[in-house]
Amino acid sequence: MHGHSTFEPKNGLVKWLEARLPILSFMHGSFVAYPTPKNLNYWWTFGAILSFMLIAQIITGVVLTMHYTPESTMAFASVEKIMRDVNWGWMLRYAHANGASMFFFAVYIHMFRGIYYGSYKAPREVLWILGVIIFLLMMATGFMGYVLPWGQMSFWGATVITNLFSAIPLVGDQITVWLWGGYSVDNPTLNRFFALHYLLPFIIVAVVGLHVWALHVVGQNNPDGVEVKDVDKDTVPFTPHATMKDSLGLAVFLLLYAWFIFFIPNYLGDADNYIQANPMKTPPHIVPEWYFLPFYAILRSIPNKLAGVIAMFSAIAVLAFLPWLDTSKVRSAKYRPIYKVFFWIFAATAIGLGYLGAMPPEGGYVLTARILSVAYFSFFLIVLPLLGLFEKTKPVPPTIADAVLAKHGSASSVAAGAASAPHTKG
Amino acid sequence: MAFTKKFGIAAAALLGVVVFSTATLRAEEGGPEEQPKPARQSWSFAGPFGAFDKAQLQRGFKIYKEVCSNCHELHIPIRTLAQPGGPGFTEDQVKTLAATYTVHDGPNLQGEMFDRPGRPSDYFPAPFPNPEAAAASLGAPPPDMSLLAKARKYERGFPAFVFDALPIPGGMYQELGPDYIYAILNGYTHDDDPNWNLYFPGHKIAMGKPLSPGQVEYADGTPTTLDQYAKDVAAFLYWAAEPTLEQRKRVGIRVMIFLLVFAGLLYFTKKKIWADVAH
Repeated sequence: MHGHSTFEPKNGLVKWLEARLPILSFMHGSFVAYPTPKNLNYWWTFGAILSFMLIAQIITGVVLTMHYTPESTMAFASVEKIMRDVNWGWMLRYAHANGASMFFFAVYIHMFRGIYYGSYKAPREVLWILGVIIFLLMMATGFMGYVLPWGQMSFWGATVITNLFSAIPLVGDQITVWLWGGYSVDNPTLNRFFALHYLLPFIIVAVVGLHVWALHVVGQNNPDGVEVKDVDKDTVPFTPHATMKDSLGLAVFLLLYAWFIFFIPNYLGDADNYIQANPMKTPPHIVPEWYFLPFYAILRSIPNKLAGVIAMFSAIAVLAFLPWLDTSKVRSAKYRPIYKVFFWIFAATAIGLGYLGAMPPEGGYVLTARILSVAYFSFFLIVLPLLGLFEKTKPVPPTIADAVLAKHGSASSVAAGAASAPHTKG
Repeated sequence: MAFTKKFGIAAAALLGVVVFSTATLRAEEGGPEEQPKPARQSWSFAGPFGAFDKAQLQRGFKIYKEVCSNCHELHIPIRTLAQPGGPGFTEDQVKTLAATYTVHDGPNLQGEMFDRPGRPSDYFPAPFPNPEAAAASLGAPPPDMSLLAKARKYERGFPAFVFDALPIPGGMYQELGPDYIYAILNGYTHDDDPNWNLYFPGHKIAMGKPLSPGQVEYADGTPTTLDQYAKDVAAFLYWAAEPTLEQRKRVGIRVMIFLLVFAGLLYFTKKKIWADVAH
């Protein structure tokens, strides 16, 4: 997919730079001339949206850091100071806190899109695994960021999650003490979480760089799941086509983001986090942020602590094996009628687990969470391997151009329509 | 296709079972007469165009000053009373008010602590030196009220919590905190027990009935009922917890309008660019 850059330096200074560091032709090849499958739908704009969110989180985060104090007796008050006394501090903090949610919302859509259209299949395994690593890093960053305001839920969430490591046989307790920097979650814990919360986003930037690199080597998947055969017929240049489509997707996404920041900024937060951390008083329900809830539900549905922790981490780790668990030759769910049904069952399972993760672990909630946990793993470990062997798939179009033609009827009508009235659509 | 259909039915059935079982579960969790949920009140600051009612905030402040502040700390600077988007006191009023407080300050050059009249930049003084002293005197430490209206909420349950986020009539419900405070203040329904509250979890609340009709005088002729007191003080506490609400919503409307127009322009630009490409 590379090597399509038509970049020709004209300006003398650009020629000089090109001979020494060909960064301009590299950018041109990656973001202007880069061939993009013409059949991409709006689910493909979430890559650009995620890039935007990563940068937005880093910028708001860096400015917030200038006003925040990572010390256990002052952290809570410093956040309130940002909210009340720093000019536009409320906007920065609400943008950053809700930005985390938007980031996860976008990444979940991005992941479900990949699963629906089989974007993890050869030759995109490494691309997919890098994505799983980014997801893991995001979870670590989000978790540690939530601890920083040092509210009740920050403190008790950190206590519950770090305690999970004590389930490791033999060395569990030592590891937990090492993580805490003491014998409970306290100032040293806050300090190291702050340091890591500042570090990890830049590691995410690096892995995103690899993710984009891998993407540009193998090329984008597309809704029909067929490889690009003829660059001229199957693709359009990234700029302006994908750039403009991504911009539109981003603008609509920003409407949602702005709605959260300006009108319902505390909707996704826990009211208890507006109470300063108190190690002597446990909140009645300790609930993590919404984006962890499906995994939290899996953790709680197993009575044994160690087994629960293993199940929770497996629920994420299993994603990395997706390219080999799915045995089907056909990528897109568009041509896999039975897979399509299982995909939606899986999506409902994940949402159901998320709901149950927020409910108290009692009575029928536990049973339902257990059923759904089994369903979650069954999708990966039973359905995907077997479906590839037994499913009767629909005929896949030979090329992207054929898929587009099939969608629009005959070739002549499209061409004629475009030629005779090119401006009616605009 | 028939195979697909069967799977679809199975999936729907599975979903149905899950929804039904969670719904019945919720019904089993404690009857409504045992622990009623606070009712949604109408607030001037609700909704996308919401703004505080200055007169209401001033009345609420009067209640705080005469009643709440005897036990509760309100950890906000006194100067905020004159800030835009707040109760609308003048700078001079705030200066005079601040001077009525005695602030413990120091140490001075001699290393001594001393008392001085308050200044607008001071925080409202706490009624007790620390939470332990408050607990010793009152039985339990009363919470700081600066964030109380954001630190309280009640379970909405599915599907109500979804509608609470949406810009639809009856949606965009973000005032759970003030509603909870209003309900608590109106929840002392057992005349023989001042610590029994209908809305407090477990019904046993350390704070004895704090407000009775006629207790605080209103200069503007507003009825001095318990219902009115509860509304005014809850509104005041919401402002105290979210003093930038008016600016936030005002800016928000502009941002939304800009993004809508911008998205519209991008839509037509994108359409034009893709007009000649079958996709």
